[in-house]
Amino acid sequence: MRTAEQTTEEVLDLAARHFNAAPGSLSPDDDIFAKLGIKSLEVFELLSRLETHFGVELPDDELKDVRDFRTLAARIQSRL
Amino acid sequence: MKQFRGQALRWEWREGIVEVALDHAPVNEIGTVMLSELEQFAAAIPALAADTSACVFYSARKEGFCAGANLRELYQSALNLDGKKRLAGVRNFIERIHAVANTIDAAPFITIAAVHGICFGGGLELALLCDIIVADKMARFAFPELRLGLIPGFGGLPRLKRDVGNGFVRNLLFTGRTVNATRAQAVGLVAQLAGEGESLSIARSTAAQITKFDAHTRATAKKFIKPIPHVELREEIEIFCSLFARPEVMAALKKFVESTDVMPHVL
Repeated sequence: MRTAEQTTEEVLDLAARHFNAAPGSLSPDDDIFAKLGIKSLEVFELLSRLETHFGVELPDDELKDVRDFRTLAARIQSRL
Repeated sequence: MKQFRGQALRWEWREGIVEVALDHAPVNEIGTVMLSELEQFAAAIPALAADTSACVFYSARKEGFCAGANLRELYQSALNLDGKKRLAGVRNFIERIHAVANTIDAAPFITIAAVHGICFGGGLELALLCDIIVADKMARFAFPELRLGLIPGFGGLPRLKRDVGNGFVRNLLFTGRTVNATRAQAVGLVAQLAGEGESLSIARSTAAQITKFDAHTRATAKKFIKPIPHVELREEIEIFCSLFARPEVMAALKKFVESTDVMPHVL
């Protein structure tokens, strides 16, 4: 079982790898959309990558109000 | 016509296989232009059928297969019409798309949808016309229509119900949530899962395999195994039009069109 810290680290690593952010440049409290430059439809790519990596399903409406990586990781953690 | 190049799509026949590329910014929204060119493809099917074994539908747009109906066009065109004319316009569009859909659904060759990225609403209904769906593992599927006060109107529910269990149909419809390709494969919506960026190449190799078999047997088998749910499709048109007449729909369309939200599909 992953700890919350491990999940957060994996979220940051996955986001950096797939959305052209420099390794180590992302922090848990960063604004996901501003930091990754994600626009409307790219949200679904992020969602698919997270679901595939963690083996969970993340309802998109539950992520609607998520803005930072720490909260995102917590939502994932609750489904692991 | 073995080759066609329009504003929203193009097709090309080669060695028994037709490839239809959807290529209309932003993500192949189905409005009057796409509909008109789909009608041209449907009209070309009888001529193509004689020496065609398979047909691959794919998207040339990076973001995905198809984002669904062109809601901006729908809203703008309906805005200045009174209720009666608005409904007549929508019914005409729906009747036309159902005619196209039924023709593609019943094509005597085998149709394959190569899906990547988003495949929402009318886009999913387009994919459901095909005999086989090959999906990139990053693809996502949804019926978000209830968010607009509607049901899918291009034949989606009867066709999805034809392919998968009613429980999955209800979950997709009533939540409006997106599901990933792995889940879609698990329930039987997706036939083959492809690695990232590989859905078209896998659809092409599947089409090549299909060319090996006898055309008459193939067409006979398709007709037997994939009947068109005509009665339910007619019911769907009536339900869709009755819902569209409600003021809630225009209000929801306005909200969608004017949204600056990063996730307007998840209102």
